Amino acid sequence: MEDRRRMIEMTGIVKKYFIDTPNEISALRGVDLTVYEGEFLAVVGASGSGKSTLMNIIGTLDRPTEGQYTLDGVDTNAAKDTELSNIRNQKVGFVFQTYNLIARTSALMNVELPMLYAGMSRKERNERAEELLRMVGMEDRMKHRPEELSGGQKQRVAIARAMGNDPSIILADEPTGALDSSTGRMVMDLFHRLHQEKGKTIVLITHSPELAEETERIITLKDGAVISEREGIGHAVV
Amino acid sequence: MLLYENIRLALSSLRANKMRAFLTMLGIIIGISSVIAIMTVGASMESSLTDTMGSLGATNITVSLQEKEEEEEGESVEMGMRFGGPGRMRTPSEEDYFTDEMLREYCDYYPDAVEAISVQESLNSGQLLVDKLYANVSPSGVSDGFFLANDLELKAGRYFSDHEIENHSMAAIISDKAVNNLFQGDEEQAIGSTVSLVSGDKYLTVTIVGVYEYEQSAYSFGNTSEKDLTTDLYLPLPTARDLNHTSGTSSFTVVMAPGMDADSFVSSTEQFFNVYYRNNRNFEVYAFSMSSMLDSLTSMMGTITTGIALIAGIALLVGGIGVMNIMLVSITERTREIGTRKAIGAPNSAIRMQFLVEAMVICLIGGIIGVILGTVLGMIAAKVLDMPATPSVSSILISLGFSMAVGIFFGYYPANKAAKMDPIDALRYE
Ligand SMILES: Nc1ncnc2c1ncn2[C@@H]1O[C@H](COP(=O)(O)OP(=O)(O)OP(=O)(O)O)[C@@H](O)[C@H]1O
Ligand SMILES: [Mg+2]
Repeated sequence: MEDRRRMIEMTGIVKKYFIDTPNEISALRGVDLTVYEGEFLAVVGASGSGKSTLMNIIGTLDRPTEGQYTLDGVDTNAAKDTELSNIRNQKVGFVFQTYNLIARTSALMNVELPMLYAGMSRKERNERAEELLRMVGMEDRMKHRPEELSGGQKQRVAIARAMGNDPSIILADEPTGALDSSTGRMVMDLFHRLHQEKGKTIVLITHSPELAEETERIITLKDGAVISEREGIGHAVV
Repeated sequence: MLLYENIRLALSSLRANKMRAFLTMLGIIIGISSVIAIMTVGASMESSLTDTMGSLGATNITVSLQEKEEEEEGESVEMGMRFGGPGRMRTPSEEDYFTDEMLREYCDYYPDAVEAISVQESLNSGQLLVDKLYANVSPSGVSDGFFLANDLELKAGRYFSDHEIENHSMAAIISDKAVNNLFQGDEEQAIGSTVSLVSGDKYLTVTIVGVYEYEQSAYSFGNTSEKDLTTDLYLPLPTARDLNHTSGTSSFTVVMAPGMDADSFVSSTEQFFNVYYRNNRNFEVYAFSMSSMLDSLTSMMGTITTGIALIAGIALLVGGIGVMNIMLVSITERTREIGTRKAIGAPNSAIRMQFLVEAMVICLIGGIIGVILGTVLGMIAAKVLDMPATPSVSSILISLGFSMAVGIFFGYYPANKAAKMDPIDALRYE
């Protein structure tokens, strides 16, 4: 296990809000975390335990108050904001509970977006976005706008978008939280496919113990600290 | 590449809020359309003015007699437009005329300012006849200065000799069109020929000494055939005066030396001649120059234009503030979109560009509508004022550039605000 590449390496990550005020909150209190390339990791814990905060720091959307964080060999503490947006564009794919597709913009264009910011040519973008939408089974909805799609369909488009620039890591914050169980199942199967077929490193935040069990490793957060870490049962693609 | 996407994006977000977008554009539309309208009217006014005045000669001073006012103040004088309008009861008679004596004294008094004096004595119009051929002419006697005052150059032959002038000779300078009709265009043959001239009830014989090039005047209407075209025929001034039994003139033109200040010399000239008319019961002297009149008209136009430009500027300012306001609203509405874009990896510069382009697109569309509206209004106004409408391309381009500049100026702050949003805060925005 130790000889595999380290995708995420965190030591002593602290995140505080309202610093130096009476209301100071420590959302994370010294998290150490190492995630290897190709791992499928679940993060669980009670509401307010700091899961989303951790996820945002992993995705470089947020910077820790204290601690060291290296993502895929890049020291994020030293990186400037523009470098961080470049890292997010190239190395990270986000999937949100609320989908966050761009309104009034076709599914195809939504998937093209990360490639657009990467400066890819229109033709290349277009071909790749179509391929990704086919992968998530949305080939017959490519011209549809988010307003015209169901929740499950939106989340599939969002997953295709997260794969836009073939990132090293996919971060999903309760991706099935707003879906019924059968639609959630379908979305979860997509993550398994990305993990097994494409070898993606995936960090999944979930409130569902069953879904967490399907991953390779489960870490539990409580009050901003990792309180347990164990292996999951794993899952075979159906 | 990103620009194209940004424009498409901007258009789709405008389409989603058509009414709001239109109301936002209104200030820009009003501002730009009033600029364009006034420019169109102004340009056509100016071009028709310069056309008219240019053909009359701008550095010439016209001196004429006009009836003395009967001590009743009022009306006409104000605008400096006393063209000797209608309603003149008396016409000057022989004893009122300017005499050669006066003109000579004037020239001697201002030797450096006066380049030449042009006097014209018109005769009844008539025809030149050679065998069975004819040419319609409008004969007149002219002084030497006439050719200078009217920029008339000869194609062939010569001007009148001193000898011809002193001897009141029947020497004539005719147009090339007349030569075409009488001599099949052979100027060599025409020069020196003696031909018959019928003027009113007079039958004269003139010798052609020169040919000038006929230029269509701004006033010739319709299409008379070349054959029936009436052109000017010039005789020495004394010759024409003999025929009309006169020795003076009621008006003449002074050609000013280059570099003279028209305004002051016009009044000096008027004062100079009025000395002779102090005791004349009926007439006084009036002098004017097109260039000084043109100046005052142009400056009047300038004042009007500045006023409207000011109003337009205020409309654009208000429009720009409206654009800024709506962009701020739009950014707040789309906070989560901005957060999402940042999560996907959009650099701040791309976000800034997106909203800047949106503001510019609003202003540019407003500008285009304004240009179209303004051109239409300007052309209608020009039509009403009976002037040729000349929408100016440069003012259209400047207006469009200006509306884009308004977009950049008032769009920058909101766009920058969007660019600087914290991605997490933006994503969490409810
Ligand atoms: N921007 C912020 N300002 C102040 N406090 C914050 C901010 N973001 C998070 N917190 C606080 O940090 C703590 C952790 O929040 P976080 O969103 O990470 O929880 P979570 O584990 O994702 O919860 P949930 O399962 O409900 O999504 C919470 O107490 C929250 O109030
Ligand atoms: Mg959360």
